[in-house]
Amino acid sequence: MTAPTDTTAPVAGIPASGAARQVWRRLRTRPSALVSAAVLLLLVLLALAAPLLAALEGQDANTYHDDLVDSARGGVPYGAFGGASADHWLGVEPGTGRDLFVRLLHGARISLLVAVGATAVQILIGVLVGLAAGLGGRWIDGVLGRVTDVLVALPMLVLAVALTAVVPRDFPRPLLLILVIGFLGWAGTSRLVRAQTLTLKSLDFVAASRLAGSGPWRTARRELLPSLAAPVITYAAILVPTNIVVEASLSFLGVGVTPPTPSWGQMLSTAQTWFRADPAYVLLPAGLLFVTVLAFTVLGDAVRTALDPREASRLRVGTRKESRRDSLKETSR
Amino acid sequence: MTPLVEVTDLTVEFARSGDPVRAVDGLSFTLDEGRALALVGESGSGKSTVAGALLGLHRGTGAKVGGTVRVGGIDVGTAGPGELRRLRGGVAAMVFQDPLSALDPYYAVGDQIAEVYRVHAGGSRRAARARAVEVLGRVGIADAARRSRSRPHEFSGGMRQRALLAMALACEPRLLVADEPTTALDVTVQAQILDLLHELRRETGTALLLVTHDVGVAAESVDEVLVMRAGRQIERGPVDGVLGAPAESYTRRLLAAVPRLDGPVRAPEDRSRKGEPLLEALDLRKEFGRGGKAVTAVEGASLAVHAGETLGVVGESGSGKTTLGRMLVRLLDPTSGRLRYGGTEIGALPERELRHRRRELQMVFQDPVASLNPRRSVGESIADPLRVAGERDETRIRARVRELLDRVGLDPDRYEAYPHEFSGGQRQRVGIARALAAEPRLIVCDEPVSALDVTTQAQVTALLAELQAELGLGLVFIAHDLAVVRQVSDRVAVMRAGRIVEQGTVTEVYGAPRDPYTRQLLAAVPSLDPLRAAERRERRQELAVA
Amino acid sequence: MTRFVLKRLAGAVLVLLALSVLVYSLFYLAPGDPARLACGERCNPQQIAQVREQLGLNESMFTQYLHFLQGVFAGRDYSTGTAVVRCDAPCLGLSYQSDQQVTRLVLERLPATASLVVGALVVWLVVGVGTGLLSALRRGGPTERILTLLTLAGSGTPVFILGLLLLMAVCAYLQWLPFPSYVPFGENPEQWGWNLLLPWLTLGLFESAKYARLTRSATLETLAEDHIRTFRAYGVSERSVVTRHALRGAVPPVIAISAVDLGSMFGGAVLTESLFGIPGLGKTLIDGVKAIDLPVVVGVVMVTGTFVVLANVVADLLYAAADRRVVLT
Repeated sequence: MTAPTDTTAPVAGIPASGAARQVWRRLRTRPSALVSAAVLLLLVLLALAAPLLAALEGQDANTYHDDLVDSARGGVPYGAFGGASADHWLGVEPGTGRDLFVRLLHGARISLLVAVGATAVQILIGVLVGLAAGLGGRWIDGVLGRVTDVLVALPMLVLAVALTAVVPRDFPRPLLLILVIGFLGWAGTSRLVRAQTLTLKSLDFVAASRLAGSGPWRTARRELLPSLAAPVITYAAILVPTNIVVEASLSFLGVGVTPPTPSWGQMLSTAQTWFRADPAYVLLPAGLLFVTVLAFTVLGDAVRTALDPREASRLRVGTRKESRRDSLKETSR
Repeated sequence: MTPLVEVTDLTVEFARSGDPVRAVDGLSFTLDEGRALALVGESGSGKSTVAGALLGLHRGTGAKVGGTVRVGGIDVGTAGPGELRRLRGGVAAMVFQDPLSALDPYYAVGDQIAEVYRVHAGGSRRAARARAVEVLGRVGIADAARRSRSRPHEFSGGMRQRALLAMALACEPRLLVADEPTTALDVTVQAQILDLLHELRRETGTALLLVTHDVGVAAESVDEVLVMRAGRQIERGPVDGVLGAPAESYTRRLLAAVPRLDGPVRAPEDRSRKGEPLLEALDLRKEFGRGGKAVTAVEGASLAVHAGETLGVVGESGSGKTTLGRMLVRLLDPTSGRLRYGGTEIGALPERELRHRRRELQMVFQDPVASLNPRRSVGESIADPLRVAGERDETRIRARVRELLDRVGLDPDRYEAYPHEFSGGQRQRVGIARALAAEPRLIVCDEPVSALDVTTQAQVTALLAELQAELGLGLVFIAHDLAVVRQVSDRVAVMRAGRIVEQGTVTEVYGAPRDPYTRQLLAAVPSLDPLRAAERRERRQELAVA
Repeated sequence: MTRFVLKRLAGAVLVLLALSVLVYSLFYLAPGDPARLACGERCNPQQIAQVREQLGLNESMFTQYLHFLQGVFAGRDYSTGTAVVRCDAPCLGLSYQSDQQVTRLVLERLPATASLVVGALVVWLVVGVGTGLLSALRRGGPTERILTLLTLAGSGTPVFILGLLLLMAVCAYLQWLPFPSYVPFGENPEQWGWNLLLPWLTLGLFESAKYARLTRSATLETLAEDHIRTFRAYGVSERSVVTRHALRGAVPPVIAISAVDLGSMFGGAVLTESLFGIPGLGKTLIDGVKAIDLPVVVGVVMVTGTFVVLANVVADLLYAAADRRVVLT
């Protein structure tokens, strides 16, 4: 028994057609979101144009320049700022003298490729498993629930590190990383989709659809899937930066992409021995990684609030504990 | 003597995405020490906003408040923080609507009352705690010393509302502001709380400002009534005057729309038991959960609905009436028992075989928000049964949907509109149109009007009756409101704790109830007549003793 | 309560069994010959065959797994060709590299990880929860904006970047501390503390961003609830409303998530340990992976799994203790 409410005020949930416009209108008023989007756009363009820019600079990723590093001082680049010059715009790598600008750009390619690829795998598996658990019977839900619990509980980085140990060295590393991160990181998505499906399933309009004589598939397609799109997209926006960090972490630990393929994490790993002598070599990849992750995070947050500010709190009722834990699970330390 | 409450030309404006909304518009009234005034109005009339303004709750929220509000000599608009805090709880205490969310879930009820008491009276923790136990005892909480250590979730709804009253009483305020204090409660519990409120006021002489949408609740509790609409006063006067002989047309319309236990019943023509029943339930039972944790929601329910007849199902929350309704249309599978539709047993038919028969058994839902998919246009929602039935011709579908929209009293051109563009009553009409699209022979209406204002309520029930007469529909009308059920039904079933305790024609059940529970329910319904209210209060006490 | 714990512990054992099957099949069915890996680069086929015999790799997959389980629950014997080594329960196998018992290796490395994690816990509880509370109290003001910015930046910084920057600033540039190298507590408690200071800060501050967001959002969420309105309407001061009533809502999630985090970190804070050269479980894992020392990898994963599963049970209990409305089932 609720108090009478016969208001003309709009209720939560926006028609699909107006959603994109509404999101855009809300995003437009947030400078931080716009700046983040611009930064990411620039980064993607730079990564795509890496070969072109390398040609422009006249360098490539893997040529050693022994003449540019001071072998007497253990390989520190000559000159200030890590040996930045007209030939090498951002200087060279200490020890080897490889061009840093080109290596950083190629690093961006790896970073984005692995993160986006892994996110796609995570979302695909997560949506399928979540839908199966939410729509299937008790038994299916129970089994999938246990599997998800285990995956959510275990630290992804530990498993990922362990998994990389057993795969042959000649397996393409970026693909391996996409698969490993993808197959280990879908649990959050599947929990989200399951919870949303269960919430939606209990709503009266789904009952009405059954009464109209619709079969389960028609009901899922017409009534459930359209409402699932928004939260899944939002979740994907949060997964991408997490995956960037995981890739960088694995490379940092020396189990990510194999040299000579450049990656930010790997550079930071080598930089551990150089930070006293050549700070630029730490700061450049660290700064890029930081800015990328931050921009994705800010944009993801903005998209989430723009899509439906009330959605999160509305759906959290009752499963507060669960959702809290899920939303905070994915960290690599 | 200056009045306790003096409101002069009060306006409150909320800024909502650019356009300011004027919730209260130039309202003035006074309330004397020890008197009781009810603000009555439908949703959106601004009545709760006025209650908040008395305690200065709009300060610091961005709302624009104009005019002056004086409570107990304190100018609420300009009072300093210290004075404001003295006012809140010390001079005027508020009782909120939802007793579950109005208390902090993490602390013991007694500690929360003690905390509030110490803010105003100071003193030791121990003394405050003792005072909390005392007031809890006063509001009728048995074993108050022990129960004061319980947390709110360990209390029932009625006990929580008592605890809130105890908190309000703790500091001996001169004014109680009660904002829909019984709306979230069952009718029998509501009666207990209203009786308690009555008794406490008689004892302490506290003034009361009651905010309510329920004219009956006002009639039971106050001396004076102020009818509000769209932020303005419509009519004000002594309760028997306003409710007995309203001067304004709006008040008359409002009162006419309120279903009464002494109002007219449906034409006494014998609609029932004409030939075979449309739908027949025999000994239906529904269990949720398994093994030791199984809960029986419905047990041994038997009933029959004939074409053209309305069967009312009435009961308090948790009585199993919604579960029963959903079993009747097979949204829930009965655990045992039989369900016969048009002579065929459908209680255990597998979903696949049931699907093509589903159309004839439809449902209208309670929550007008959740019953329509917010992402689909209302036209598409209504067209669903047509498409499922295999209709492919778009023009024919459109024509039929327009016809249906028109039939339920909506603009046929609003096919493309989305649910959020409609009001609650209109959404309910869309829900009815969707049910009609399937060309049903029976519709189960689950609390179809309980989320609506009384005037809208009356329109929707009238529409249902009209459609029934026209199409010969069998209706099952599920509601908690006894007066509404009486108004729309031919026969009534009363449910309690999963069982049907009494079943019969309206005249039988309402005129000469046999089950004691039915009698208790009927005695709890607030009456619109203040004189009869006092009479009924005594009746209730007799029943409680018996 | 007791029933809940027993039920959850039984569940935990099942989860760990499932994990062991998964891990075992993944690692031992993987391409690459474990015998060759165990033996090393310079082994001839004859030696490899001998090693295979010793490790029992000729037996069926199922028998091998049973032996593994037997080792865990009852201990088992290994023959190293010349002698028989007894490996007591819980036996996680022998390291290919050092022939050391993995269980013993784990126990040796555990104190270092524990030292790191417990110190970090203190940092994030103080800094993280403090920041979150402050920004909830000062909401709408400049303090909140600055804190929000800081936590946002914090959550965008991978832990190794934070560590590297701290190292650069504190050790290389300011030279306040020497480059940390782990000293066991039993050896020299003072040196232990000084050397762990930077790792504590790194891991603790990294986690703080998360806890600040959590505390802030939980507090604000509670502030929006109806019961807060009740206390405001009864003249309770704003300060008391926030600290006594709103913050209380943040306590259960903070406690529960801290427990879960502790559990998963006890299995090794891989990045932090690797960066600061702390010989904990995480470092052991990485070394195991690089040397392709499968028993060590499997062992650490299983130990991590155990910690995580137990921590989740503890978290549920703590959550229920902090929020009595939660019914444990």
